[in-house]
Amino acid sequence: MENTTTTQKNISIFGKRLSEFFGIVAGLSLFSLEFFKNVFLPPYEFGEVKKHMDELGVKTLPIVSVTGFIIGLVLTMQSQPVMQKFGAEAFLPGMVALSVVRELGPVITALIFAGRVSSGIGAELGSMRVTEQIDAMEVSAINPFKFLVVTRVLACTLILPMLTVYVIFLAIIGGYISIYLSQNINFILYIHAVVHSVDFYDFVPGVAKTFFFGYIVGIVGAYKGYNTENGTVGVGQASTSSVVISSLLILLVDMVLVKITVSIWG
Amino acid sequence: MVEVEIKHLTKAFDDNIVLDDISLNINEGENFVVFGRSGTGKSVLLKCIVRLMEADAGEIYIENQNVLTLDIRKLNEVRKQIGFLFQGAALYDSMSVRENLAFPLIRNFSFSPKEIDFKIRNVLEKVSLLEAIDKMPAELSGGMKKRIGLARTIITEPKLILYDEPTTGLDPITSKEISQLIVELQKDLNTTSIIVTHDLICAKIIASHAVVLKDGKIRYEGNLDSLTSQDDPFLRDFFSSDIIDIKEGRN
Ligand SMILES: Nc1ncnc2c1ncn2[C@@H]1O[C@H](COP(=O)(O)OP(=O)(O)OP(=O)(O)O)[C@@H](O)[C@H]1O
Ligand SMILES: [Mg+2]
Repeated sequence: MENTTTTQKNISIFGKRLSEFFGIVAGLSLFSLEFFKNVFLPPYEFGEVKKHMDELGVKTLPIVSVTGFIIGLVLTMQSQPVMQKFGAEAFLPGMVALSVVRELGPVITALIFAGRVSSGIGAELGSMRVTEQIDAMEVSAINPFKFLVVTRVLACTLILPMLTVYVIFLAIIGGYISIYLSQNINFILYIHAVVHSVDFYDFVPGVAKTFFFGYIVGIVGAYKGYNTENGTVGVGQASTSSVVISSLLILLVDMVLVKITVSIWG
Repeated sequence: MVEVEIKHLTKAFDDNIVLDDISLNINEGENFVVFGRSGTGKSVLLKCIVRLMEADAGEIYIENQNVLTLDIRKLNEVRKQIGFLFQGAALYDSMSVRENLAFPLIRNFSFSPKEIDFKIRNVLEKVSLLEAIDKMPAELSGGMKKRIGLARTIITEPKLILYDEPTTGLDPITSKEISQLIVELQKDLNTTSIIVTHDLICAKIIASHAVVLKDGKIRYEGNLDSLTSQDDPFLRDFFSSDIIDIKEGRN
C-alpha cells in the first residue's frame, strides 16, 4: 500500500516534470520564431554582437583552455593501455583526434559553455526584467528583444564554433604530450598521423553542430531571463534552470545530429 | 497638442479588478496629479497608457489616436513623444550614467556627439547631479537613481511625461527642487504631465488638477484645494495623515 502510493507519487511527479519540459519546449519554439523574425530586421546591432562576443570569449577562455588540454591528455592516457593490448598503438593519435573532433570537443565545450554562459544570460536578463529595465527600453521605442536577446543569441551562436576549434587544437596538443611522455614520439609524425586520420567529413559536421549548440545556450538563457517572474527569486530560478535545460537540449540535439550525419556520410 | 483621453479603462489580474471603468481627460499643458493608497493601481494605470500592460477594455487617446489599437510601429512613434519615469528608476545597470542618458538620444534621434554631450550635462545640472556623470548605477544612492531616472526621462524633451512617484525617497529639499523642475518643464515646453504621488507638498507645488483613485474607481476629482478641504472622512484621513504625524513629532 505504502509502496504503491509512493510509486504513484513518483509517477505523477515525473509526469509533471515531463509536461513542464514540453511546456518549455513549446515556449522556446515561439521564442525562437520571434528571434528569426527579428534577426533579419534592420537596424543590425553589429556593435552589440561584437561586444557580447568579446565578453563571452574573455569569460570562457580560461576554463575552456584547461578543459581542452585535459581532454586530450586524459583520453590518450586512458586509451593507450587498451590500444596496446590490441597491438594497435599506431592508431592512438588518430583515434584520439577522431574522438575529439567528432564528439568530445564539440559536446564538452558546449556543455561547459552552457554552464558558464546560459546561467549568466538568464540572470542578467532576469534582473533587467524584474527591475523594469526591459520595460524602460520598450517605452523608449527601442525594441528590447532585438537589442538584448537577438544580439546575445547571435554572439553565442558565432563564438562557440570558434571556441570549439580552439579546444580541439588544445586537446590534440594535450594528446601529444601524453604520448610524448611515454613513447617520446616526434611531433611531426604525431601531427601527420592526426591529419591523416581526420578528414573533412569528420571535421565539418563536428564543428558545424556547435552552431546549433551555441544557439541553444543563447536562446535558452535569454528565454528564461526575458520571461522571468516573481522578482529576485525568479532571477535565481531563471539562471539555474537555463543551465539544466540547455545542457539537456544540447545532448538531445547532438543525438539527432549525429544520427543524421552518420546516415549521410557514415 | 497633446491631450490624453481615457475612456472606460478596465484592467484586472485574474479576479483582482485593479482599474474598473476609469474615464479621465487630461488637457494639454496640464499637471495632472493622481493620488491613491498603495496598491490601488496607480502604476498599473500609467503602464496601461503606454501599453507596457495591455488593458482589458477601454480606449486611450493620445493626440487623437487610440493607442490601444495601434500597431507596434505607430505605437513606437507615439512612445517617442512620451517620457516615463519608473517608480524604481529602472536605470540600465550595465551602462554608466552618461550612457544611460545618451541611450534614448542615440537610438531615436540624430544628434551629433557634441549636442548629446551638451544635453547630458544640461539635464544633469537640472537634477543637480553633474558629478555623477561617469558613475555606474550601482554606485548611486536610491534618491540619486531616482533623479538620474528623471534626467533620462526628460532628456528627450517629451511632450507628455508620466511620472511614477517622482519625489518618493528624496529628502524634503530635493523633493521640492524636483517638483519645481516639473513645473518649469511644463512652463518652458508646455509639457503635459501625469504625476502619481503620495507627496502632498510636491502636489501643492505642481498640481493643476488632481484625482484620487480608490477601489479601482476615480473617487474624487478637482483642484487640490477643493480635495483637501472636503469633509469626506476618507479624504480627510488621506490628506491629513502626514500633517498630524509632523505635529505629533513636534510635541
Ligand atoms: N504584474 C502583475 N501581476 C499581478 N498583479 C499585479 C501586477 N502588477 C500589479 N498588480 C496588482 O495590481 C494592484 C495595483 O498595483 P500598482 O503597482 O498599480 O499599485 P500602486 O497604486 O502603484 O501602489 P504603490 O503606491 O505602492 O506603488 C496591486 O493589487 C497589485 O497586486
Ligand atoms: Mg506604484
